Order: sequence, then C-alpha cells, then structure tokens
Amino acid sequence: MRELKSSHQLPIGGAVLAQSAEPPHTGGWRVGEKPRVQLDTCVNCLLCWIYCPDSAIKIKDEAFLGFDYDYCKGCGICQEVCPTGAIKMVAEALVLPPLGRIEGESDAG
Amino acid sequence: MPAEARENPLSARMQLLTGAEAAAHAMRQINPDVVSVYPITPQTPIIQTFAKFVADGEVDTEIINVESEHSAMSAAVGAAQAGARTMTATASQGLALMIEIVYIAASMRLPIVMAVGNRALSGPINIHCDHADSMLARDSGMVQILTENAQEAYDFMVIAPRLAEHPEVMLPVLVGQDGFTITHSAEPVSLLPDEQVRRFVGDYRIPYPLLSGEVVTQGPFAMPDYYFEIKAQQVRAMQAAAQVFDDLSEAYEAYSGRRYQAVEGYRLDDADRALILMGSSAGTAKDVVDQLRAKGEKVGLAQVRLFRPFPAAASSSTVSASSPSPAFSL
Repeated sequence: MRELKSSHQLPIGGAVLAQSAEPPHTGGWRVGEKPRVQLDTCVNCLLCWIYCPDSAIKIKDEAFLGFDYDYCKGCGICQEVCPTGAIKMVAEALVLPPLGRIEGESDAG
Repeated sequence: MPAEARENPLSARMQLLTGAEAAAHAMRQINPDVVSVYPITPQTPIIQTFAKFVADGEVDTEIINVESEHSAMSAAVGAAQAGARTMTATASQGLALMIEIVYIAASMRLPIVMAVGNRALSGPINIHCDHADSMLARDSGMVQILTENAQEAYDFMVIAPRLAEHPEVMLPVLVGQDGFTITHSAEPVSLLPDEQVRRFVGDYRIPYPLLSGEVVTQGPFAMPDYYFEIKAQQVRAMQAAAQVFDDLSEAYEAYSGRRYQAVEGYRLDDADRALILMGSSAGTAKDVVDQLRAKGEKVGLAQVRLFRPFPAAASSSTVSASSPSPAFSL
C-alpha cells in the first residue's frame, strides 16, 4: 500500500508530473490468459507491436523482444494479428520464461 | 496622491464609456493571448467592443468564436492549460451553460478571467439585472468580484489577471457588472495608460503549461482520497485570495489613486440601520444614505465587492462594530 500524499505535497490542480508518476502496472487487470511467443515461428513483422493497445510489446531497435506483463491486459489482439501463429494466449498460471519467449521448436503452450 | 497617478492628470484619462466598453478597454490593455466567447445580452457589447480592437490590430489576441458558452469555457480551459493568458465573457443562461466547465477550470487551477454582465435567469425571460447567474458559480471555486459602476468594472478587469494568476491563488476570477445598469450606461471612466496596465499585470505564468515541453498529466481521475486532498488545495487557494485581493487593491491604488475594499462600510459609524448590498445598487444606496443622513437619520451601507471568497470576518466587523443591533450580525 502506497502512502497517501497530503495536499501540501501534491502539485496543484491534480497535475501529475512525470518524475512523480508511479507506474500503474495495469497488467494487474489481466484475467485468465496472457500471451507467449514461439520464437522460431516469429517473422518479426511487428504487427503485434503496432496493434497492441497498451504498448506492452517490447522491441529493441526494430527487433521483437517479447511481452511487458506489467502492462499487458490480456486482450489477445496480438494473437489475432500474428500472421504465423507464433503468439498464443496461454493460462495466466503457466510459468513462462522472461518476456514470454519460448525458445526452440516445441510448443510449450 | 501616488506618483504614478500624478504623472497622468485625471482629466486626461477620463473617457465617456459604458461598463462593457470599459471592460473591453481593460482587455485591450492587458492583451490576453486567447479570448473564447459566445455572445449573449447584456455581455455582448464587451466582446463586440473587444472584437473591434482585435480587428483593428490593437491587440494580438486570438478570439475563438464558438457555438455555445459550454464550448467557450471549454476552449478557455484548453487555452489556459496550454499556457495562454485567457479570458471569456458571458451572462445569465450563458453562465449557467458554462458552469460545468467552470468547476473544471477551478479544480485544474486555471486563472481564466471571466467578465460577466449580470442578468436574471429565465424564466420569465428577462434581460435585466440580478445576480442569480453568478450565484450559480458561488460554490464552483471561482473568485467573484461584483462591481458598482463602469469605473470599477474597468479597474477590476485590470486587477483580475493578477489575482487569478497569483501563485497562492491560481483560480478563475469572475468580474461582474450589473446588466444594463452598468454594461450599457455611459459614465466618465478613468483609464490607466496602456503601459501602466501592462506593467501592473505583468507576464503570464502557470506552473505546468502543456506547451512547456515538460511531461505532465492534467485533469486526471482521482479516487476520493486524492480528490479530497486536491479540494483542500482549492480551499486554501480561495482563502488566500482574500489577502491577495487586499494586497492587489493596495498595489493598484499606487497606479489609480483608487482603493477598494472587499467589504466597504459607508457611513456606518453610529448607524442604527444599514443596508448590505452588492453591485450597482450600492452606488444608488450611497446617495440614499446621504439624503437620509441629511435629514438626521442614522443609516449606513455595507457594500460587498468580493463575494467569493466571502469576506465574512471583515463584513462582520464592518457592520457589527458600528452597530450593536443584532439585525446587522453576519
């Protein structure tokens, strides 16, 4: 539980400054499923990055990296737009490698 | 007489102006960045006069013509938040339509100056004056000043931006002038020289303008806990406005020679009866007090100029100190 700031500590008018904004971690809203990617099938088209409504697809330069589960709300749009079936929604409880990256040829989903 | 006033003899500064024209001249001298406005009687001559100043190139102001008062106030919020010194004007049903956004402006702490030609609310439809329109904004968090005549309508339009933009205040300020009685009645009005007004008003600064380049979220959602904290800030700002009003009245006196009080006692010493009034009727009542005093009647007047924040302590001391009658206790 974060400590409540008093009216004397806050910028006026409800303004939230970048340096004081606390990451909301909206990934906590995700219910049921989360995405994972089978890397050998990914063609790096970045359609998932374009369509993700929460900017939860991580890339470096122009290379697909994986999912930011702090912000992914589990909508499944990335699975819908993935042209190769590399992205698949899996059970929330399933333990995945960091960023949901599945290496190798087997489908862990 | 203050030095600034001595430099400019009164006769050289007197013009025959209606209250609406006087307010428009104040706006011309202030040269706000944005005026978003929708016409309505009896405010229309304010914006009509000011629009001519814009058309004639006497000011740099961007006038935003909108389709309603709701939009006028909404555009004012956007402009002020962007970092523009912003004004608007309205009356009656127009202010009623603005009210929703007046609360937004106050809570986002936007120092928008609003000129109001006070007019009764419909119905029956009535274009003449009462204060029911600005009373709608009573609890909105907007500072309210109600003027007595065209001179005051001018003076407080000059004072208003500094009051609104004072770092301890940062709230919208309404300057009311009674519809027709002030807005449309021509009187001798003393204008300050343009450069004195610009010096008095100074530059526009707000803490977090959208166009500053700084990343900031404005007008966010707040749960009841933070809503309460932010409202507490507004309460303190409104309380601070009373002192700032007095400080600015004193500062303005150095330019104009005219000193205004939040609540003014008029011939209240030893009065056993008194009126408490706002707006143009206070001017009329001063003559009535003088006439009755000449007949030996102990009457007086308390004139409230600053309606929000209400100068409760000053009103109470102004009235009750002069008269023991419980009828005058506030």
